[in-house]
Amino acid sequence: MTEIKPKKLNEYSYLIEKHGDMNVPVKIFASEEMLEKMMQDRCIQQGINVACLPGIKGFSIMMPDAHQGYGFSIGGVAAIDAENGCISPGGVGFDIGCGVRLLQTNLKKDEIYPKIHQLLDKLFESIPPGIGAKSKFRLDDTELDKVLNTGVDWAVKNNYGTKEDQENCESQGKLTEADAAIISPKAKKRGRGQLGTLGSGNHFIEVQYVNKIYNKEVAEIFGLKEEGQVVIMIHCGSRGLGHQTCSEFLRKLEETYPDVMASLPEKDLIYAPAKSQMAKEYYKAMCASANFAWTNRHMIGHQTRLAFKEVFGEKTELKTVYDVHHNIAKLEEHTFDGKRCKVWVHRKGATRAFGPNMPDLPKDYKKVGQPILIPGSMGTSSWVLVGTAESMDESFGSTAHGAGRMMSRKQANQTWRGDQLKKDLEREKIYIKAASWRGITEEAPGAYKDVDEVVNVSDKAGIGKLVAQLKPIGVVKG
Amino acid sequence: MKKFEFIDHTADAKFIAYGKDIEEAFTNAALAFITLVTDIHKVKPKQEKTIEIAAEKKQSLLFDFLEELIYLMDTEGFLLHDIPELKIEKKDKYTLKARVRGDAGDYEILTQIKAMTYSDMFIKETEGKVEIQVVPDI
Repeated sequence: MTEIKPKKLNEYSYLIEKHGDMNVPVKIFASEEMLEKMMQDRCIQQGINVACLPGIKGFSIMMPDAHQGYGFSIGGVAAIDAENGCISPGGVGFDIGCGVRLLQTNLKKDEIYPKIHQLLDKLFESIPPGIGAKSKFRLDDTELDKVLNTGVDWAVKNNYGTKEDQENCESQGKLTEADAAIISPKAKKRGRGQLGTLGSGNHFIEVQYVNKIYNKEVAEIFGLKEEGQVVIMIHCGSRGLGHQTCSEFLRKLEETYPDVMASLPEKDLIYAPAKSQMAKEYYKAMCASANFAWTNRHMIGHQTRLAFKEVFGEKTELKTVYDVHHNIAKLEEHTFDGKRCKVWVHRKGATRAFGPNMPDLPKDYKKVGQPILIPGSMGTSSWVLVGTAESMDESFGSTAHGAGRMMSRKQANQTWRGDQLKKDLEREKIYIKAASWRGITEEAPGAYKDVDEVVNVSDKAGIGKLVAQLKPIGVVKG
Repeated sequence: MKKFEFIDHTADAKFIAYGKDIEEAFTNAALAFITLVTDIHKVKPKQEKTIEIAAEKKQSLLFDFLEELIYLMDTEGFLLHDIPELKIEKKDKYTLKARVRGDAGDYEILTQIKAMTYSDMFIKETEGKVEIQVVPDI
C-alpha cells in the first residue's frame, strides 16, 4: 500500500486529494492525535475505496470515531447520486438501523442509587439480550409485516409507547418506502422472536444523569432541564432481521454483478447501480429493516418505562428526547457545486446532524436543530449534541456516532478481568448487569477512543455542537 | 495440528481455521465460530440437524454455511457441539452437506454474532493443508 499523507485543512479536518480511481477527495474530521490512531488500521484506505464508488458526490467523509470496518469504514459518510450512482448494503452495515434512543425522566440521580440493583434486575428481565427467540412480543406474520411496513405506527396503534415518543423519532420512526414483501421468510423468522430484545456486543441500556449542560437554551428545549436529571439511553438495532437482510443482499448482489464484485478491493463494497431492480429492492428492504429497528428501540423504551414505574412509582415520567439511526442510507437532497441533487446519504456509524429549519425535524426542535445522540463506551460519558447549518455543507448533515473501538476484543479480554472491572466501576458508582463476564471486558472503557475527544472535534469542526454531557449510573448489557 | 486460532481485529473477531482438507477446515471454522458465542465444550449433543447448501464459489459456500449456523442460533437457540460429517462436492455449483449436533439449552452466551462478512476472508489450499480466515460481525 502506498503511504497516505492527509493534508491539514485546519485544526480539525484533513483532506486526501483525488488520485488514482477516486471520484472525490476524502475529508477526515479529526484532531492530529486522532488522525494518528486512524492511520494505525485500514480505515483511511477504506475511505479512499469508498471515494472510488460510482456516483459518489462531494467527499468521502470520515468522522473522528472512524475505525476499520468491512468494505466501508465504521464512522464514514458517503453521499451517492440516487439517479446515476449506486446504493451499497456495506455502506449501511449489517445492523441496519442500529441507533440510539434517549429518554428523559422526572427523577434525580440521588433517587436512583438506593434502588439501582432492583432497577437493573427488572430491566434485564423485561428486556432480554435475546439469543434464540426470547421476545415478550411474539408476532404472527400479519403483525410482523405491519411492523416492517409502518414501523412505530404499529406500536403506538397497539398501545406500546406514546404518540409523543413517536414524534421525537427521526422520520417519525417509519420510512414509508418500506416493503415487507421483500424481506425473506428467513429474515422474518429471525426477527419475529426478537422484537424488544437488546442483542449483545456494544449494545446496551444505560441509566445516566445529566452531568454538565453546555447549552442551556437548547438543552431546555430537548427536555434536559438540569444537572443531576436522570435519563436513559438505549443503543441497539434491527437484530437478526436486519443482519439476515444485509447478508442476503450481499450474496444476491454478488451473484447478479460478479464482474463488479471481482473488480472491488473488498467484497463488502458491493453495490446495486441506481435504478436497477436490485437497488429498488434493497432500498425497500433496508427501509423495512430500519422500521423494525425503530420499533425495537420503541418497544424497549416502553418496557423501560414500565420498569421505572414499577420501581419508582406511577408518578415517574419518561419522555423520548429523540431516536436516531446511525447505520442507514437516507434519500436526501444536498447541494454540490451549486446544484441540488438527490443522493443516498450512506451513514455507516455516523449520525444525522440536521440543523435548524431542516426538513423532518420534530416541531419543538425545528428552531434549534435535531438532537444528536452519541453513546460512549461502558462507564464513560455519553453526549447530546445539536445539528448545525454548517453540517449540511461540511458533512451532508452528519457527524460522529460514538467512541469507536481502538483495541480488539481479544486484547481487551487479555487486559482486563470482568469481575475486577465490575468492582472498579462500582467504586465510581457505576453498576453493571451483564449476560457474561466476557461481555464486560470486551466493552471495557479502555478499549475505546475517548468519546469526549470525538465530540470535541465535532463541536470545533461545527458539524454538531455540544449540548449536554451524560454520565452513567447503571448499565444493562447483552 | 491446531483446529483454529483467533487473531487481533479492532472492531470484530477474526480467526484462522486449519484442516488437512477443505472439509476439515470448514468444520473447524464452524467450531471457532461457535467458540465466540459460548463454551462449546459445555454444549451437549442432544439434537442433530442436517445443513445443505449450494453456492457458486468456495468463499460464498463458507459464507452461507456460517450464516446458516447464525440462523439456527437466532431462531432456535441452537448451539453447535460438533460436526460428525461434512461433505463438499463440486457439481454445477459447490455443494455442502453437513450433519451437525448441538443443543438449544440454557447456556452462557458470551457474545452474539450478527452476521458473516467477506472482510479479509481467504481459503488457502495447499497440499495436505487448508487455511480459512473469517471475520464475523459481532
